[in-house]
Amino acid sequence: MLNRRTFLASSAAASFFSYTGLSAAFADTPKDILVVAQQLDNMTSLDPHEGFEAVGSEISSNIYQKLVKANLDKPSEIDGDLAASWEANADGKTFTFKLKKDAKFASGSPVTAEDVAFSLQRPVIMNKSPAFIINQFGFTKDNVAERIKATDPHTLVIVTAEPTSSSFLLYCLSANVASVVEKKAVLEKAQGDDLGNGWLRQNSAGSGEWTLRAWKPSESVMLDANPHRQTKGNVKRIILRHIVDPSAQLLMLQKGDADVARNLTTEQLRVIKDDANYNLVRKGVASLMVISMNQKNPILAKPQVQQAIKWALDYQGIQKNVIPLTHVVHQSFLPEGFPGEIKDTPFQKDVAKAKALLAEAGHPDGFEIAMDHYSAQPYPDIAQTIQANLAEIGIKVKLLSAENRQVLTKMRARQHELILTAWGSDYFDPNTNSEQFCVNTDNSDDARNRTLAWRCSWQNKDFADRSEAALKERDPAKRIALYEQIQRDMMANSPFALMFQAVMTAACRKNVSGVRLGTLSDSHSYTGASKA
Amino acid sequence: MTKRLNALAGLLASVGLTLLGLVIITFLIGRVMPIDPIIAAVGDNAPQEVVERARLEMGLDQPILMQFFHYVVQLLHGDLGRSILTKNPVISDIARYFPATLELATAAVIVAAIIGIPLGVWAAVRQGTWIDQTIRVVCLAGHSVPVFVLALISLLVFYAALGIAPGPGRQDIVFQDMVPHITGVLTIDSIIAGDWDALWDALAHMVQPVCILAYFSMAYITRMTRAFMLDALRGEYVITARAKGLSPFSVIWIHAFPNVGVQLVTVLALTYAGLLEGAVVTETVFSWPGLGQYLTVSLMNADMNPVMGATLLVGLVYVGLNLLADAVYRQLDPRVR
Repeated sequence: MLNRRTFLASSAAASFFSYTGLSAAFADTPKDILVVAQQLDNMTSLDPHEGFEAVGSEISSNIYQKLVKANLDKPSEIDGDLAASWEANADGKTFTFKLKKDAKFASGSPVTAEDVAFSLQRPVIMNKSPAFIINQFGFTKDNVAERIKATDPHTLVIVTAEPTSSSFLLYCLSANVASVVEKKAVLEKAQGDDLGNGWLRQNSAGSGEWTLRAWKPSESVMLDANPHRQTKGNVKRIILRHIVDPSAQLLMLQKGDADVARNLTTEQLRVIKDDANYNLVRKGVASLMVISMNQKNPILAKPQVQQAIKWALDYQGIQKNVIPLTHVVHQSFLPEGFPGEIKDTPFQKDVAKAKALLAEAGHPDGFEIAMDHYSAQPYPDIAQTIQANLAEIGIKVKLLSAENRQVLTKMRARQHELILTAWGSDYFDPNTNSEQFCVNTDNSDDARNRTLAWRCSWQNKDFADRSEAALKERDPAKRIALYEQIQRDMMANSPFALMFQAVMTAACRKNVSGVRLGTLSDSHSYTGASKA
Repeated sequence: MTKRLNALAGLLASVGLTLLGLVIITFLIGRVMPIDPIIAAVGDNAPQEVVERARLEMGLDQPILMQFFHYVVQLLHGDLGRSILTKNPVISDIARYFPATLELATAAVIVAAIIGIPLGVWAAVRQGTWIDQTIRVVCLAGHSVPVFVLALISLLVFYAALGIAPGPGRQDIVFQDMVPHITGVLTIDSIIAGDWDALWDALAHMVQPVCILAYFSMAYITRMTRAFMLDALRGEYVITARAKGLSPFSVIWIHAFPNVGVQLVTVLALTYAGLLEGAVVTETVFSWPGLGQYLTVSLMNADMNPVMGATLLVGLVYVGLNLLADAVYRQLDPRVR
């Protein structure tokens, strides 16, 4: 007989067993869908001429093509993307690009020189955050229509204001801000004079391998294969799911609910690094961890103190013990994978040498100083090791931990003493970091150009001139050699203690192929993504 | 009639003043925070011209009083401004994030009340016995174990090890983009669409975060119920009821509990309001796109329009639930009428 007690017990059991039956639905992801677990917050716009943050750039670069693209394996070489060929006039101001004839937008329309011209004019006219990358060549809202022109359906001519190094121009044209959008599609959606910006933030009109199907902020981004794509992977759809917690990302990867996990930290990577079920795609990215020393502090302005700090740090020890899977030791201002990179690591922990330098600077007993750093791991652990390292030579460091933006705000106001931050490059040319680390033309508080050198109140005319000369050098090989020499000379003679380069890992299940990481976020690629 | 109108006017004035106070405090917090919102708007590396233009567009070049004045005027026009981060009107962002929190909080408070109240009553009736001690330990664990630990253990056990629960998120990928967005509450939208598979999937995804939140809230509800009930059981009317030879069930549930119910309404209202603020940690571990995450990310970026909009909403929720509790109070307790 069914009484109250047995009824309650059986209903509880029924709901439990029907719930377990659902587990069949949580099996591996379908073969033609690639599911990526990734932190997708801080994405503001998928309009490639507006967005400038890492995740948005990565997604845009999978949706759009550019005239040229950097070669991921040989950073000193540039490949054509939409451009079949290009040449510069003798004056170094006029550049002519011939387009490939088979490229098509996702709509099926061919990519024409008119689309490319519009796409290069658009960021200049909109003048959003990344526009400065193109504006460096003298384009303004008023002259850009004259200076970037389609002369026939497959020929584009760009005229720069000054004689320009072709490699500098090409590297800048490989940036996301030079992405080619379909002029007609974008203008049809324009509201007022926004050039379609409102629409393109959450829609796409590109010729890349993927098109944007849907973007739900803080939930997911869905990309569908461009029906006219030329590479053929078997994946037809990519779903990027916003999974904030790295531990949850790992669980999803292990359960097969995600094919790729993008934000695993050392803790999670240790679990799967030797597991044959996973393939770890790793790449050094353009993010450098650096201690900047504010020259407003008279002690930090002494070259011997700067050097003493650099010789006191235990680079290898920190890398090995704190960040073995996420960073490598790197001491020059161009990251590995960049044109002009050097791999020299002259500094290592040498307490005696550091102490001698400190004594030479007139501080044999050290001094007290504050160091700001980000509060997110691994920065607090690294900061504490730095504190211990510097204590060995008598420098007493007071650590000030704060939220990322708060630390940056303080640095931009030049209120720090020592500060441990990460520096990311803006575009794939040596000038991006060379200018930041070397150039500070106006050291006043209301200066226009607030480079990293300015943020440390550091002015060095020699390095600034040499950076400028390298920028203008038109022979690509000589140009690279100039940057290499600047970096070697700067290591010992600057208020920057460069320590580590970040290494990004995309943890993929073993049946996944076609996931590639680049040095900059706009070169992470899902081209030809496949699942076995 | 005049008395009622006066009461209504007094009520509106107090609600208005509460909200104004909230706006002032939140605005001031936003302006004294040592974070430059421009970094969120244009990035750390943007050239100075872009930075200055953004500062101008956002009105941050004006004196703080002017900024506040403009904000209040805008607010009175029903405009909560735009988020720097998402670039959307705050109101549309909130319309997207709040339903997710509402869904979670409502389910959690219902579960917490259904389990917590009887447990509290039981603990009070069996005061000092092993039952009372066990309930006390269970509640203590609910209050003292950090939510992220519980959440991660739950994922590890029920999702990873046993495979009987879905992973993080609100939906399985199979249902992504399948249910039309009407209310934003996925379970209700699935019912409206008549998509029972999607409804089942949404419910399954809710089980773990709801249980975690409910456990935390239940611990509080149980302790409060126990305390109220102990007090009630000492009442003379309870002794009288017992002396009359009424059954224990009748003494506890018909005589003692209704008096406790009045106080419990306030506890439940406050618990619900607390849950509606958004549970950042639970939302983070379960990748639940709710108000808590939106508020936290905005605050970390000094994106103050969303912070103020969300704070106002939470303030309204508190005021609304308080009013509701008062109304229920009047129904339950004839002395207040």
